[in-house]
Amino acid sequence: MALIEEIDYGTPAADAARSVTLSIDGFPVAVPEGTSIMRAAMEAGVQIPKLCATDMLDAFGSCRLCLVEIEGRNGTPASCTTPVAEGLVVHTQTSRLKQLRRGVMELYISDHPLDCLTCAANGDCELQDMAGAVGLREVRYGFAGENHLDAAKDESNPYFTFDAAKCIVCSRCVRACEEVQGTFALTIEGRGFASKVSPSAGEAFLDSECVSCGACVQACPTATLMEKSVIEIGQPEHSVVTTCAYCGVGCSFKAEMRGDEVVRMVPYKDGKANHGHSCVKGRFAWGYATHPDRVLTPMLRARITDPWRPVSWAEAIAHVASEFRRIQTEHGKDAIGGITSSRCTNEETYLVQKLVRAGFGNNNVDTCARVCHSPTGYGLKTTFGTSAGTQDFDSVDHADVILVIGANPTDGHPVFASRMKRRLREGARLIVIDPRRIDLVHTPHVAAEHHLPLRPGTNVAMLTALAHVIVTEGLVNEAFVAERCDAESFAEWRAFVADAGNSPEAMAPVTGVPAEAVRQAARLYATGGNAAIYYGLGVTEHSQGTTAVMAIANLAMATGNIGRPGVGVNPLRGQNNVQGSCDMGSFPHELPDYRHISDAAARAIYEQEWGVRLEAEPGLRIPNMIDAALDGSFRGLYIQGEDIVQSDPNTHHMVAGLSAMECVVVHDLFLNETANYAHVFLPGSSFLEKDGTFTNAERRIGRVRKVMAPRAGLADWEATQAIARAMGLAMNYAHPSEIMDEIARTTPSFAGVTYARLEELGSVQWPCNEAAPTGTPTMHIERFARGRGQFIITEYVPTEERTGPRFPLLLTTGRILSQYNVGAQTRRTANSTWHAEDRLEIHPHDAEERGVRDGDWVRLASRAGETSLRARITDRVAPGVVYTTFHHPDTQANVVTTEHSDWATNCPEYKVTAVQVSRSNGPSAWQEDYRRHAEASRRVANLAAE
Amino acid sequence: MSPDHLVSMANQIARFFAHRGETRAVAEIADHLQKFWDPRMRRAIGSHLAAGGAGLDPLARKAVETLIQDVRHSENT
Repeated sequence: MALIEEIDYGTPAADAARSVTLSIDGFPVAVPEGTSIMRAAMEAGVQIPKLCATDMLDAFGSCRLCLVEIEGRNGTPASCTTPVAEGLVVHTQTSRLKQLRRGVMELYISDHPLDCLTCAANGDCELQDMAGAVGLREVRYGFAGENHLDAAKDESNPYFTFDAAKCIVCSRCVRACEEVQGTFALTIEGRGFASKVSPSAGEAFLDSECVSCGACVQACPTATLMEKSVIEIGQPEHSVVTTCAYCGVGCSFKAEMRGDEVVRMVPYKDGKANHGHSCVKGRFAWGYATHPDRVLTPMLRARITDPWRPVSWAEAIAHVASEFRRIQTEHGKDAIGGITSSRCTNEETYLVQKLVRAGFGNNNVDTCARVCHSPTGYGLKTTFGTSAGTQDFDSVDHADVILVIGANPTDGHPVFASRMKRRLREGARLIVIDPRRIDLVHTPHVAAEHHLPLRPGTNVAMLTALAHVIVTEGLVNEAFVAERCDAESFAEWRAFVADAGNSPEAMAPVTGVPAEAVRQAARLYATGGNAAIYYGLGVTEHSQGTTAVMAIANLAMATGNIGRPGVGVNPLRGQNNVQGSCDMGSFPHELPDYRHISDAAARAIYEQEWGVRLEAEPGLRIPNMIDAALDGSFRGLYIQGEDIVQSDPNTHHMVAGLSAMECVVVHDLFLNETANYAHVFLPGSSFLEKDGTFTNAERRIGRVRKVMAPRAGLADWEATQAIARAMGLAMNYAHPSEIMDEIARTTPSFAGVTYARLEELGSVQWPCNEAAPTGTPTMHIERFARGRGQFIITEYVPTEERTGPRFPLLLTTGRILSQYNVGAQTRRTANSTWHAEDRLEIHPHDAEERGVRDGDWVRLASRAGETSLRARITDRVAPGVVYTTFHHPDTQANVVTTEHSDWATNCPEYKVTAVQVSRSNGPSAWQEDYRRHAEASRRVANLAAE
Repeated sequence: MSPDHLVSMANQIARFFAHRGETRAVAEIADHLQKFWDPRMRRAIGSHLAAGGAGLDPLARKAVETLIQDVRHSENT
């Protein structure tokens, strides 16, 4: 193994079709028109010295190191800013150039501390490299004059330092913040010799607008911006390309290692989802993997009130198998089930569903997608024929209109948000439909043309009103519909949406959005060119979540915005492998590839492969499992990598259900909140400790590669396999690649996927099979997966969750940039610096009515329960709406959310809960009780004392 | 399984399909219950119907009746 060194071509690639041929140092070079001379030289194998240039950024031409001579032209132009031209004859190394470059380097070095041996960048410093490259042998100026060597060091950011003394003011960090991240948090303050990099208005990094994405650190050619982990550990010696375990963007990273210690995670330029960019979670928040809270030994207990007893893997596995079989003997084979994890690999989720279907002999398997994107699966399968988004992320580069509904990409999917913001800066027009004024509505150099701040729970009314405008104003793409869509369903839908009752005017009292704003947004979506819809959990987590997904699909079909780059319907998946866990048959009614369990032909494939008979009836969904536990018909549950007590709605109900079970097995990195109600704890393995694949929101299957041994001894797939074998199921995989081979044998969309193919292509988007051996970036190009697109009537049905005198406000929940889901990973990193607790956002008007000041403790109560947290007063939320996150178990926001769910999938209605807010003195009695219970539940027996 | 909760879920499903007219709606509601509800949930809503079916939307009621008839039919054949 060695450190993966990616070639830096100095400037971005040009994509012109026309080729230009020139001569560089006597060698002919052919490159696309628009390529810089610097890049052309690099492609020919000639590395021109450079400092301010890097291929992640547009050329800047400030360092004056990359000078070249061109025959017939005067002077020594910068090769980074000079484009190639037909027939140019370029010289990169002449006596004149050598002298100029040495002079430039001498000036740089004359104001740079010469502490190379003790510098954190020693061995990875472009300034050092360039000094060597230009043959610098002396610095004549000394340090007696004015310099920056005593400039203050900013160590405020928990993950990196800014050492101004080492800054050469090349502006790479400033440009990375602008061009790559799109935050514009950095600037060059002052002029001439006084020029310096400045976060925001001369603030410390931590206090500035910096979002800690790491783009500036990556861009810095010196030790000015440096990871603290590198300062502490030293330079890495080998690296492994893997896939991030946070959100559904699925960024590729190089895990840069020293031995089995991670030194840093560096976004991989060849990563097709992220193209070398990252966010604060994937780039920096990996320390949880070695956090002292990790439990590394299996543990058992007879009752959930007992202390835990550490045991061997053999004893734990035997106990699980014995208990599950006992329960089945006493209460029937359907009395147990399993939950797969969207944080685990495809191979692992496949094995858990196989364990349930083939080992348990039932279909009681579900996944956390139940509580996030299950409506996407149902909705897009019904309308298009495939339970997945239609595009790749690169598609956004071709969008003219971007409609974001119920998603907050800058927080939830930050790396893709940066791509989206770049396209918006280039001129694409933005429509945001969201109750909150999310950052995207108004962010540097980006402003939504239309922000429709609808009332929570009225997405379907809004989407149908948009459709009304499109149909009644003659904006339907009739040719597309006639050629591609089902005529009968379209005719019914057209008549339905054209009804005056669905007009923006009729819906305005429901949505709270003026009709004219809706009309303008609809016209823009239908007529603005390539229009792409991006949506998230603000669409799915409603009682009409599935209806809203289908309403989105209707809009795309009616306007012909399907089947080419720049358009489409794009669900932004919350967790890293939500798409994959669904693909792998984690739902109780579906086998892998979304084939219904009642499909005898599909069942036969697996019956032959697994050597067992499969049940044809659907199993229980997670909420149904909990209901069944309370009526005594469901008593055992294997939960891999999920924390349903914290993440699922109506905590009291969830806790009661789990407490009623006889054997709850939690397989996780930490003793999470669900483990407080478990009888068996199996230590999990982080993404750094195993091989496998994740599938991101664009259907991209990417490799997860092991960089350290499983800290608890077994990777998750090995633990599942051990349970299966103990229960009598023949599972004998030696490596996850063998599991993928089985997936490919049995799953049409994955038929062409092998680890060898992934090595060859880097990653691949399913369907990947004989018809599409290198994958499918854009779906439904000539026909929909189901044949003709199906329009669905989307009648607005108000949620049963209503405000009233007792609960007059509407609560909606979401996430924040620095934290992830239940926070189990990010809370155990320095990311909590930015978000140490959940806060309740409340409009100034509502706060004043209740006498609440910013930072006050408030009681948040619904008919399901109550909790207390601090208030944040902001007009980001509309009057009548409050908002909070669910990252912290101290708050347990889901103690407030209710049992209401989507009609088709039981996806919880997290986004609409009627609540009241009042002043409070601190945590509620329930929170105090819960904290005591959690502490007691985490006791581990001291075996040595026994 | 709480009958009230199952009734609420069945009524939600019924409301989505209601616009299709009674014949199509009843068939589609029944199909949805068959495809997505675990058998014990279907048995529970069936038992609730047998006990009078309080709270069931008329379309949901007919769909559950259809399910029960289908079960009886399959048991007799």
